[in-house]
Amino acid sequence: MAFSAQTEKYSGKMGTLTFGSGDQALTVGGQASMPFAAFDGDLPNKAVIAMEVYDVVNPEWPAAVVEPFKDVINDPVAWAKKNVEEYGAKAICLQLASTDPNGEDKDAAYAADLVSKMLAAISVPLIVWGSGAVEKDAEVLAKVCEVNEGKNLLIGPAVEENYKKIAAAALGYGHAVVSQSPIDVNMAKQMNILINNLGLPMDKIIMEPSTAALGYGVEYSYSVMERISLAALAQNDEKMQCPMINDLGKECWKAREVMLSDKEEPGFGPDQEKRGVLWEAMTAVDMLLAGSNLLIMRSPKAVKLVEECINELSA
Amino acid sequence: MGLTGIQIFKLLPKTNCKECGSPTCLAFAMALAGGKAELDKCPYVSDEAKATLSEASAPPIRGVQIGDKKVGEELVFYRHEKTFINPTAIACLVTDEMDDAEVDAKINNLNTVTFERVGLTLSADLLAIRNSSGDAGKFEALVNKALGATEKGLILMSDNLDALEAGAKAANGKGALLYAATADNCEKVAEIAKANGASVVAKGASVEEVSNFTGKIVAAGVKDVVLDTGATDLKSMFYNENQVRRAALKAKNRDLGFPTIEVICDMTDDPYKEAMLANVAIAKYAGIIVMSDIDKERMLPLLVQRLNIYTDPQRPMVMDEGIYEINKPGPDSPVIITTNFALTYFIVAAEIEASRVPTWLLIMDVEGMSVLTAWSAGKFVADAMAPFVVKSGMKEKINHNKIIIPGYVAQISGEFQEELGTDWEVIIGTREASDLPAFLKGL
Repeated sequence: MAFSAQTEKYSGKMGTLTFGSGDQALTVGGQASMPFAAFDGDLPNKAVIAMEVYDVVNPEWPAAVVEPFKDVINDPVAWAKKNVEEYGAKAICLQLASTDPNGEDKDAAYAADLVSKMLAAISVPLIVWGSGAVEKDAEVLAKVCEVNEGKNLLIGPAVEENYKKIAAAALGYGHAVVSQSPIDVNMAKQMNILINNLGLPMDKIIMEPSTAALGYGVEYSYSVMERISLAALAQNDEKMQCPMINDLGKECWKAREVMLSDKEEPGFGPDQEKRGVLWEAMTAVDMLLAGSNLLIMRSPKAVKLVEECINELSA
Repeated sequence: MGLTGIQIFKLLPKTNCKECGSPTCLAFAMALAGGKAELDKCPYVSDEAKATLSEASAPPIRGVQIGDKKVGEELVFYRHEKTFINPTAIACLVTDEMDDAEVDAKINNLNTVTFERVGLTLSADLLAIRNSSGDAGKFEALVNKALGATEKGLILMSDNLDALEAGAKAANGKGALLYAATADNCEKVAEIAKANGASVVAKGASVEEVSNFTGKIVAAGVKDVVLDTGATDLKSMFYNENQVRRAALKAKNRDLGFPTIEVICDMTDDPYKEAMLANVAIAKYAGIIVMSDIDKERMLPLLVQRLNIYTDPQRPMVMDEGIYEINKPGPDSPVIITTNFALTYFIVAAEIEASRVPTWLLIMDVEGMSVLTAWSAGKFVADAMAPFVVKSGMKEKINHNKIIIPGYVAQISGEFQEELGTDWEVIIGTREASDLPAFLKGL
């Protein structure tokens, strides 16, 4: 039987999201095909990697991932600058870990001020991520939005319990929102609808379908994201046409396969950095293959590897 | 593929002799269509009907066995549609221009790098032997050496047909895979394969070129074919793999209904980049990948990736019921109970490990459900948990009586305490595993 190349045509396409302001703004999404399948449909925007910066670092971090930042690890603004200037970060994600009520419990005014300082110091778009404490995040992120009005930050995660306050602040002060849901296609759609109903347009929303690392449920994230992508493209479901983001750095660098030295687990191999870099890079590529548009990553080496993959597959 | 019961019925003798075990030929046909019976049970079926039925029931992508490893037989594009079936085989390359020490080291890695996970042993699968020297004698010697050094299935790679034949003869009966037949020599390679019980890689510069001669290999009597469609980098590999699977599943193109091989060690010299190519190949349809080495640091993530992607979405991975020791616990270490959903185990175990607090983790079989699901299904509830704890033998290992339950099932603590009686004291733990380190350190 003669071979003829087969193409897939979809009735729908993913929406776009633009974050950052002025010349620095970045747009992700807009794809009319499944990931990297340019032979099927238009892929107008390459996936982007945002590099993480923490305002407080967990002392348990393996040395391999502290090393690239050890001179700036206690100065988030300097860390962000280093990520941009030395490691070529196209975007920064500030993780506001110090606002966690179970940790340092720093207040909203501190966070808003740190964001302002970071915006002044870097030339790339900024994502601002809460500590994951639902009520505190609403308070902190609302203040961040207010103080940094009009900067078109991407803020999150907004979850079922706190989306109202976060989305209202984003709407009021000109920012975009990460809509997070617990590894479930219907919940992801529900969150988009809830946030959209508050008045935030769909092109100001990006989905975080809950990211699991390799070995810790990556297959669940993978399949949920493939199903979301197909719902957006093949079924043309307008409420599923927000692009996707994955907060994966923190998930990967706490896996035991990354945390344990070869003394603790000789079977894992002596080169702990190589394990960690590949754990993060492979999780990232899985997310891209499943439809991610924006990745939050930690290790500069992993970022470089994944960017090479994106560039080669998009060439 | 997929004849209906009525279509099958038309090919049967229609005598209702019952010798197959079914009451009528129609019932037998229905059983066949549903995959619940074998055609061999009918003593009177004609050869013609046999041929038609076996042709129709052949999978769209043929299964090919290399040594004890099977590849192919995939039925879907996305794992959530059903499941991926035969995990991508990972091969390690040695050549007859490497010195003995290098060959020995690579074969040793292939034989010994393994990881235990969810009761499975994860390892690479095949040894690829390349005739880089062009010398048939050297190649044959290396094949013979390999046969004595590993139990893994073999891929024999040579452009020199004399060398390929010598290698195939040495590995006769081992189910080796010969690499490769091209448009020009495919009949000869098929002959060598047929004489030595081997399968054949059909190699060309493109999907189209390969599709033009796989039929000749099958016609020459070798049905076990693997495709190398000439990819040289990530982009061409991604395109070709997609097109081969589409041709097999959507266009039902029998000429491309075979598993694929990607020699990724020829696409890059960088070990990190090779790992990324392997990662994409596992997710996107490769049947076999050939790598330059089987080192622990790359294999651990790759083998876990393969396990995750090929896990049946309908059947969650489960852990064996029992007592798990984390951070070398002693008699005064805390006891935590949770369910045998593998993900629950991994996440809880990783957090305990990170806390460095020696802990006993008691894993209960609830058919692989997470804590809340198992609770609502009535499986992770007091009257089921108490007998399990008593029978587990946990009490004999400790000098205290405290048992920590997940925060999500705090509501069962009273009843659980009642069921366990005074031998145990039930303590409510954290809802999220990520809060466990702080909780354990505060005990």
